[in-house]
Amino acid sequence: MRKEIIKIEDLKREFTMGSETVHALRSISFDIKEGEFVTIMGSSGSGKSTLLNILGCLDQPTSGTYEIDGVKVKGLSRNELATIRNEKIGFIFQSYNLLPRTSAIENVELPLLYNSKVSTIERRERAIKALKMVGLGDRMNHTPSQLSGGQQQRVAIARSLVNNPVMILADEATGNLDTRTSYEIMSLFQELNKQGITITFVTHEPDIATFSNRTIVLKDGHIMQDYNNYNIQSAAEQLAKLPKEDH
Amino acid sequence: MRLLNLFKIAFKAIVLNKMRTLLTMLGIIIGVASVIAMLAIGEGSKESIRATISNMGSNMITVKPGADVRGGVRRNASEMETLTFKDYEAIKAQTTLTSYISPIVNGSGQVINGSNNWPSTIFGVNPDYLNIKVVDLQSGSMFTNAEVQSAAKVALIGQTVVDNVFPDGEAPVGKMIRFNNIPFKVIGVLEEKGENTFGQDQDDVVVAPYTTVQKRILAIDHLNEVMASAISEEDAPNAVLEITEILRTQHKLADAEDDDFHVRSMEELISTFSSTSEMLTILLVAVASISLLIGGIGIMNIMYVSVKERTKEIGLRMAVGGKGADILMQFLIEAILISITGGILGVILGLGSTVFIEKFLNWPTSVALYSIIISFAVCAVTGIFFGWYPARKASALDPITALRYE
Repeated sequence: MRKEIIKIEDLKREFTMGSETVHALRSISFDIKEGEFVTIMGSSGSGKSTLLNILGCLDQPTSGTYEIDGVKVKGLSRNELATIRNEKIGFIFQSYNLLPRTSAIENVELPLLYNSKVSTIERRERAIKALKMVGLGDRMNHTPSQLSGGQQQRVAIARSLVNNPVMILADEATGNLDTRTSYEIMSLFQELNKQGITITFVTHEPDIATFSNRTIVLKDGHIMQDYNNYNIQSAAEQLAKLPKEDH
Repeated sequence: MRLLNLFKIAFKAIVLNKMRTLLTMLGIIIGVASVIAMLAIGEGSKESIRATISNMGSNMITVKPGADVRGGVRRNASEMETLTFKDYEAIKAQTTLTSYISPIVNGSGQVINGSNNWPSTIFGVNPDYLNIKVVDLQSGSMFTNAEVQSAAKVALIGQTVVDNVFPDGEAPVGKMIRFNNIPFKVIGVLEEKGENTFGQDQDDVVVAPYTTVQKRILAIDHLNEVMASAISEEDAPNAVLEITEILRTQHKLADAEDDDFHVRSMEELISTFSSTSEMLTILLVAVASISLLIGGIGIMNIMYVSVKERTKEIGLRMAVGGKGADILMQFLIEAILISITGGILGVILGLGSTVFIEKFLNWPTSVALYSIIISFAVCAVTGIFFGWYPARKASALDPITALRYE
């Protein structure tokens, strides 16, 4: 049996807004195993973002348990959470969140800056390797403003890979990209997944889910559906089917 | 996270915002530079006062007639005739803390040599005078006690008098001059001393035996002054007390009566003038410190803007594993780098302007090492103090909110 990367049981998250209590997540349970490519879907207000924050160890559940790579997250301090984020999770955001006027390689190095176990030389080597993995080996010294949206997202993906995380957590990673570029990015994700990297992709776009092997649908804080996708589309093939661009 | 990495990050942020950083630094630069320059001016004037006064003889004690009363009606001290030769003798006989003592009478008049004449002041003294005033002779010799006894018409003259009554450059020693029509034989020329701090030309004098001046020029038998020299600078205050006691006994003053004379040491003079310049220094430094404070507020302001502007960056750093302490240190180091770089530039500018002031304005300056150390320390503290709050604010940000910040 494959190793469980994520283990969530009876997880609840409540927010107090003035006198009202908002139940963002009402008792959800699921596991994510090593090597899975999971899409978490849901419309706005479904609790998707709240779940993402908890999965990313940016937020703590009100009750229930959350384990990542065997570590119980509940009750950890801010600093301990930061260490888990640094060592176990790779973040990818909708708006890339690259440091402006900073070269691609320095952007990729960023997570390792906060890991004192990694030396300067190792940091550089790992950043170069990650950039090569996303196909930007020749753009290492370009700043975000010199890169296209797709390339910027590739830098962000390289950044999420550099710390060898147990899971990549993507938040609407194709939301700012056109169809062609999003397929390019999705095919990159599929490639990485083939290499054994666990990916959790939060989105509200249904066609993204067709590229993953499992989909969890949230609604009003409950899991509505959790199904395996046996008919995985290849993003690379979809990309080839797109009409050729004029220019 | 290693400190070196934090330094790199902070340095990078500074380099990416060169203009803004420079403008922020400007406050600190001006603050530090002005503190250093102001202290240098203050120290310089204090030192020059001290130097002038020591030049006049730092052990010197003067006794003048007339009470040193503050307020009320005061008579011109020179009109008083309460200081007599007997007082001088009493002091000379009883004092233990003074090494030299001389009666002083003085008057003004015209020095004449042939067709040249010059208004000057004549001092009637005894041979101790040169030791009290710490003056050497350029040429010739001092008159003797015998010449004092006989009220000999001999005189020593200062360089200014030489320049004006012997304009042709002939050697004055051995020549005859007249002072208020009394002929004097010049037996020596005093060493040049220049102007003192108060603008008096110390070389514009004629020195003669006090007996001669008393009898032949002023026709008086009291003294204008008694000058003495304390054994050492440290003994000067006690010598003042001793002389006061001797004179009170001599003048038969009851305990309730005020002194009808006053005794001063140079130390008092130094402290009087020093306190004036010290006040001025404090004032200048206070003004300069305010500009340093404003510089600090400038740093705080810019750090606030920087934290606000980089909220998303902070969120990202936290998301990829930056701890609160890392973020705090990053911004704190940035603030400290700005203030310390500003401090270094400020020290350079301060030293530069001190040299400028000395060279072009001819003001005496003296850069004290402590002023550099203090203003530099203040700088670092300013950076920490004013950088702390914005940095703290950055580190306390919630990563979720910070990441969503637009």
